[in-house]
Amino acid sequence: MIWGVLQFPGSCDERDALHACTVATADLDPGGGAGGTSSSARNVGGAGGTSSSARNVVGGTPGPGPGVNLRSRLVWHEETDLSGLDGIVVPGGFSYGDYLRAGAIARFSPAMGAVAEFAADGGPVLGICNGFQVLCESGLLPGALLTNESTRFICRPGELIVGESESPWLSELETGERISIPFKHQSGRFFAPPEMLAEIEVNNQVAFRYAEGQNPNGSLNDIAGITNLAGNVLGLMPHPEHAVDPLAGTTDGLKIFRGPAGSPGLTAAAGATGG
Amino acid sequence: MAEQISKHRELGLTDAEFVLIVEKMGRQPNGVELAMFSLLWSEHCAYKHSKKLLATLPTEGPRVVMGPGENAGAVDIGNGHSIAFKVESHNHPSAVEPFQGAATGVGGILRDVIALGARPIAMLDSLRFGELDTERTRYLVDGVVRGIGHYGNSMGIPTVGGEISFEPPYELNPLVNAMCVGIARTDEMVRAAASGVGNKVVLIGSLTGRDGIGGASVLASAELEAGDSSKRPTVQIGDPFEESKVLECCQELLGEELLVSLQDLGAAGLTSSAGEMASAGGVGIDIDVALVPLREADMEPFEIMVSESQERMLAVVEPDRVDEVLAICGKWQTASAVIGEVTGSGDFRILKDGETVGEIAVDDLVDGCPLYDLDPMPPTDWIYGNRVTLREGADASEILLSLLGSPSIASKRWAYEQYDSLVGSRTVRPSGAADAAVLNIPEASRAIAVAIDGNGRRVACDPLRGTIENTLECAANLACVGAEPLGVTNCLNFGNPEKPTVAWQLTESVKGLGEACRALDLPVVGGNVSLYNETPSGPIYPTPVVGMVGELPDPASCGGEPWREGDTIALVGPINPSPAGSELSKLRGELGPGLPDFEVPEIKEAIELVREAVRSGSIRTAHDVSDGGIATAIAELAIASDLGCRVNLLPVIAQHSCNAEDSLFGEGPGGFIVAGGEAEIEHLGGHGVQAEILGTVGGDLIEVSAGEQQAKVLLIEARASFESLASRLEL
Repeated sequence: MIWGVLQFPGSCDERDALHACTVATADLDPGGGAGGTSSSARNVGGAGGTSSSARNVVGGTPGPGPGVNLRSRLVWHEETDLSGLDGIVVPGGFSYGDYLRAGAIARFSPAMGAVAEFAADGGPVLGICNGFQVLCESGLLPGALLTNESTRFICRPGELIVGESESPWLSELETGERISIPFKHQSGRFFAPPEMLAEIEVNNQVAFRYAEGQNPNGSLNDIAGITNLAGNVLGLMPHPEHAVDPLAGTTDGLKIFRGPAGSPGLTAAAGATGG
Repeated sequence: MAEQISKHRELGLTDAEFVLIVEKMGRQPNGVELAMFSLLWSEHCAYKHSKKLLATLPTEGPRVVMGPGENAGAVDIGNGHSIAFKVESHNHPSAVEPFQGAATGVGGILRDVIALGARPIAMLDSLRFGELDTERTRYLVDGVVRGIGHYGNSMGIPTVGGEISFEPPYELNPLVNAMCVGIARTDEMVRAAASGVGNKVVLIGSLTGRDGIGGASVLASAELEAGDSSKRPTVQIGDPFEESKVLECCQELLGEELLVSLQDLGAAGLTSSAGEMASAGGVGIDIDVALVPLREADMEPFEIMVSESQERMLAVVEPDRVDEVLAICGKWQTASAVIGEVTGSGDFRILKDGETVGEIAVDDLVDGCPLYDLDPMPPTDWIYGNRVTLREGADASEILLSLLGSPSIASKRWAYEQYDSLVGSRTVRPSGAADAAVLNIPEASRAIAVAIDGNGRRVACDPLRGTIENTLECAANLACVGAEPLGVTNCLNFGNPEKPTVAWQLTESVKGLGEACRALDLPVVGGNVSLYNETPSGPIYPTPVVGMVGELPDPASCGGEPWREGDTIALVGPINPSPAGSELSKLRGELGPGLPDFEVPEIKEAIELVREAVRSGSIRTAHDVSDGGIATAIAELAIASDLGCRVNLLPVIAQHSCNAEDSLFGEGPGGFIVAGGEAEIEHLGGHGVQAEILGTVGGDLIEVSAGEQQAKVLLIEARASFESLASRLEL
């Protein structure tokens, strides 16, 4: 599976996200690279920001890990051509500084225009943290994310309960399953007006809720992540890309990144679109 | 002349220094030149009261890649990579404007590491405040923590460790020391020296404005006084988004090998960065202020030269590579301009539209400042006062709970949960998880551990021994996760060095740092000095903050794991617990001068023993004994592991002939609490290192007996006390 991870000026988690999705679907990918260790796919010296993917993924490091697909890449915010990509991640961070309102500028970027088309054609799109905020600002997902009730940034381990959604992103997870995915954000309080919230619930669009007593921000209905109606677009505040390595204490994030690949209909559709 | 005299005093220069400037120049300096001298001859830039002392520190070693004099130090980590690191203070700006002061402190130290060509991978912070009972302190704590989080989180650099303590002498003069750790390919690292006559000088990053003018001289090199809010305009405003672009831009420029040298702009702005680049390269430099991209159009030449606007870097570029450099800056949407040229003149020339408006010999400006001898004199008594906060007659259980809840010991979860500790996916042990933070370095197939320590109260009791203890504690913290130290950075936070007591504290402390580093065979690869941390109520505790980077072979087998049911608990090392300088003596209002002597080589052996035991996997739980003594260290492990214990300290009392209370709560260097399987723990001793079995893990009680005294508290009570900081801050 070939991934594209958006990179805005001010993105923070784009390299982690790229590492996570390539590692998660390594064994599913005939085009994967070889050699090295899985943790070697780090970017140290690589400058980032160019669309030449290999450089960003493995630049400056001892070589690609097994299955780190050299064709998976960062997508610079000014790019509009997503052809050849099977899935898109809009990563965490502070796109364009987020001084106005989280995600409010990024939604106007050329790359997000292309992502909207990609999503409309059924391609799998994952927004994490700032990416979730951008997807809500773009109207690809309903609702909005407000400043945490505490007004503070929070970063801590946490647990989610898998929701009722039948999204392909959840194909490796069971409704009611408890997974460990760290929380890390300043504006993660999910909000929607009552009618919209009711619709989200009725349509089974809730993908994840914070486990009992762990809602870190005051989100309505403990909502941590939702999908669009079609299910191909998922946004969540917690960070699955930081939960793919046993050294981090949890690998539950892998199950999310493997979702679309485990749901053949979806990737086929996206692959067709991507051409 | 009279007018000029008052002008130079206003700028912080002494009459003698002004006379020397006139002598060196052979004429009166004009306004631009005087402004430049006043900054580069300030304590902050010239280290005029500390340079002679710093020269005594060991700085060399086989792993040193860059030492003092560069933007940051660096040590070789293997496989062609180096770890760059440095700690720096932003104390006075944070006292005046805590949010921006702390934020720009983080931004500044990040740029030092970026300037080496390294990518920052971790931040640590060492913070000191007054006691939590004043509204001002709570305001400062809140602002500083938010400021650190704002900058580090927005940059995508994880904050993985640090320390915070609360002591009355920091009430009006808090300390904000930030340490940055970065990684670079050793052969791609750059130095700050300008070279190549005819090469272009390119300014990259933010527009230059009027913010922070005089920060180094007015704010950083003088005591704080009442009503210092008038100095707020001298504090800079941080823009982490700009810095994030500057970081990526510099990484790309260096990756394309487009830069001859690189330097960040910090205190004293263009004056210091261009001056120091020229000095390091033994060349001259021309800067035309009319070419500097400005935030405000009508800025005077001297304002442009001394502005401390943040998020700026200065690069030297070969003329035929300039277009490529400017194009990459354009891609990252950050401003850039050629503002000058490297010359062979040896002079730093300031032009405006081609007309010379100032001209100073680089040597006079950068190295001409006189260095002063100190006039040290030890105080005759304890100068910091005492307050009693512990109930008289409190028993051992009550004391233990009070210590766990004492803000300096209590969990700092409230603070560190406001920092992104995960970004970069290297963090194996974040803040609060172990004695040191551990970061995965797959580039070199190993991990590094980082720690920062600086107990000012103990240094106040005995600057020499206290500083040795700080350094040993840092190494001990690394040992607890299995790491061997590679290098040291430090930030020396002291009061006014022109006063004999402070001069003595500083002299003794630097001597202690040197002794400890030589004993541990560790190079000091960089650091920072912050003096004049003093208010009308007196100097701060002398606070040498020591930052250390170490390595360990395998991130998957680092220490810092919780203890397990049935584990055997032991004390390792030659600790001689004493009430001197302890947290308990503070709570009782019984602080005074002096710390007991100790044998550094014995402690070094204990550190090595623990390190090897953790590395070999024979113990996975190790915690050094520090604030609050042995009972507190044991309780902290019980809380972290969510599992109680039953322990008896009679072996400690017998071995060290101390009394019951001292064995529980006395402090001193060289003690570790370790836990593991009975057989492994029994094999720990030997090689001349003491190891005494104290008890076992289990249950929901923390029970520490010591002869006639016993601390016995429920795990749940202990945790409530240990986690009480948030409720005391969020009032």
